Amino acid sequence: MSAAVYIAGLGAISAIGNNVQENISALKESRAGLGPIRYLQTRYADIFPAGEVKASNEELAAICGWTGTNSRTAMLGYLAAKEALQDAGLVQHGTTWMAGEENCKVGLISATSVGGMDLTEDFFPDFLANPHAGKLRMVSQHECGAITEKMALALGISEFITTISTACSSSANAIMMGARMIRNGMLDVVVAGGTDALSRFTLNGFNTLMILDSQLCQPFDKGRRGLNLGEGAGFVVLVSSRVAAALGKELKIVVSGYCNANDAHHQTASSPEGIGSFTAMKGAMKMAALQPSDIDYINLHGTGTQNNDSSESTAIQRIFGDAYPKMSSTKSFTGHTLAACGGIEAVYSAVSLQEQCLFPGLRIEVPVIEKPGVMVQTFEKAEGIRHVLSNSFGFGGNCSSLIFSLV
Amino acid sequence: MYINAASAISPQQSFRQPAFLQEPVPLHAHRTSCLEPAYGDIIEPKLIRRMSRIIRMGVATGMDALQQAGCTNPDAIITGTAYGCLEDTGIFLKRMVENQEEMLTPTAFIQSTHNTVGAQLALLLKCHSYNNTFVQRTHSFECSLLDADMFLQENPGAAVLVGAADELTDYSFSILERFGLFRACAAGEGACYMMVGSEPAAGALARINGVRTLFNPAAGKLEDTLAELLADNGLFAGDIDLVLSGNLPGDAAEPRCAMIENQLLASSPKIYYKLLCGEYPTASAFGMWLGASVLKQQLVPAGLCETAPALLRHLLIYQADSLGYHSLMLLTKC
Repeated sequence: MSAAVYIAGLGAISAIGNNVQENISALKESRAGLGPIRYLQTRYADIFPAGEVKASNEELAAICGWTGTNSRTAMLGYLAAKEALQDAGLVQHGTTWMAGEENCKVGLISATSVGGMDLTEDFFPDFLANPHAGKLRMVSQHECGAITEKMALALGISEFITTISTACSSSANAIMMGARMIRNGMLDVVVAGGTDALSRFTLNGFNTLMILDSQLCQPFDKGRRGLNLGEGAGFVVLVSSRVAAALGKELKIVVSGYCNANDAHHQTASSPEGIGSFTAMKGAMKMAALQPSDIDYINLHGTGTQNNDSSESTAIQRIFGDAYPKMSSTKSFTGHTLAACGGIEAVYSAVSLQEQCLFPGLRIEVPVIEKPGVMVQTFEKAEGIRHVLSNSFGFGGNCSSLIFSLV
Repeated sequence: MYINAASAISPQQSFRQPAFLQEPVPLHAHRTSCLEPAYGDIIEPKLIRRMSRIIRMGVATGMDALQQAGCTNPDAIITGTAYGCLEDTGIFLKRMVENQEEMLTPTAFIQSTHNTVGAQLALLLKCHSYNNTFVQRTHSFECSLLDADMFLQENPGAAVLVGAADELTDYSFSILERFGLFRACAAGEGACYMMVGSEPAAGALARINGVRTLFNPAAGKLEDTLAELLADNGLFAGDIDLVLSGNLPGDAAEPRCAMIENQLLASSPKIYYKLLCGEYPTASAFGMWLGASVLKQQLVPAGLCETAPALLRHLLIYQADSLGYHSLMLLTKC
């Protein structure tokens, strides 16, 4: 039960890059990916900035090597998961996955909140006009599970597949589930993370909640106005210590703590005192046997809404007092990628540990946490970063925190 | 793990009706809906009005299972749903299309997220525990059970609320019918939650002795998995007293089902549970609830199986679908 779970590979696609390297370059150079909506058809294209992946569906299909009708969610997920698998150095002989000379049981645990809604919402106008109209291939990927299934078939993973949908904490829960399945000896390798494409459904939904910023978002700024939506996918390849040894390369990062808790306050709003986020952070630290002073950096959930940032900063204050670790919200680059954010931010957290550096949160004028030097606002080389806490909180009170540590 | 309490809302009189097994009603209509109980003593009336069907059915079965188990604060709430909250999704989509993205209200959107049932249970209970929602087609419930089992191994003595819910709406019926999903069986729906624990409580219904999921299994894998599941429990195929099949009588001719039903477990009596609950992706949760009720009452639903033995000890709940998802769940008398 106490066996270590290592991170062996990373994959990401977002508004700031189509792979991990492009994402990291943009983070280092403070280049955000937010702007007018150019790929999704919506009347809000020039009203609400968003973080779109800079490729049309046709271009994404060409990169995937896919033909036919494909949900953007599946394509984004496939590209990030494939990059992570390749990065890990796992190879497939026939239907068997190998780490060096060792056979391994490989699972795919993905997460999504929209599934194939990007296609369904194009199907619906015809269908509403006539229930026999609308092409069925436009709705066959509607289910969240259909997206993961499509990814799994393309990746060659069949041992175990599942999908988690707990709103904005989905991919953090996918990583947690993956780590637990490895610890329990059910799988040797799990490709874990999440994917969400921008859709009119979510854009309009968030607009009804009046939490979208018509300017570029300013997470953890006192003058923040709301969030910008984003899209993308992020996956990590989690491996058991046996597979880590068999891969024959030095793996330095482990998933040392995780906790899933519920705020139980409101369907969409977080409690003022941050009960759920407090419990999740505390639980993850307890599992990792870490004290608050051991946490070197927090990748915040930091959406930029009044409610989240206030609740999250209160919970952080309750845990850390005045001894804040450094922190930032990379959603100021990518927008809020919903079910994908925990996966994308796990990738950023892992690179922070690997390269001993901290990525900034952009556009902070008056920081919510006033103590100087706490909010990382420019790219920093850092030393001695050993433990990174990553937060993901969502609708339905679902709060999850992950801790990644250097071994 | 043990099923210490269970509750189901289905097209049958299943909710708090232990006599249901004596008079199940065969489904004749092409489309069937759940028989919803009066919710008044389970959920506050003003809350019920705001809930879509899947939410109130899910919440009611969850609360009922908790009440039966005498539990007010479970250590985990785990939910499976393949389709999620379709009614609210459809409402928001329709308005978005008709109003061309203007003049929309948040209620349907807020309640459309897949984790709404589990979230509402947490909210009503003020339960800050682990809360997760699995959305993997016909494996959504099985994945939830796997998570529950793992949670119990990590937290011995914990009380876990685990279940599944899926609803049928006018839109989903219309679309799924075009896919040919209801050719052999009535369209169905249902909600079912159970309290599970690592130890049996007084009045426990049954013990879950294994859950296996397979996706696109290679040749031989299905047989190996069944053999392993039986061997893990020291059983032989002949020890399975009853198969609760999620397939349909005609389906058994298809290779994917025939392997289990006509070869490996040819001599075991079978019940096709979708004849009672209809076709929907988390119907295996109804199958599990039915199996637990059968073991507890030592009674096979009237008219569905004439060859069941008098003493029922081990049941196998099996399903396969045309997309390559198989699941095997072994249920044993307490």
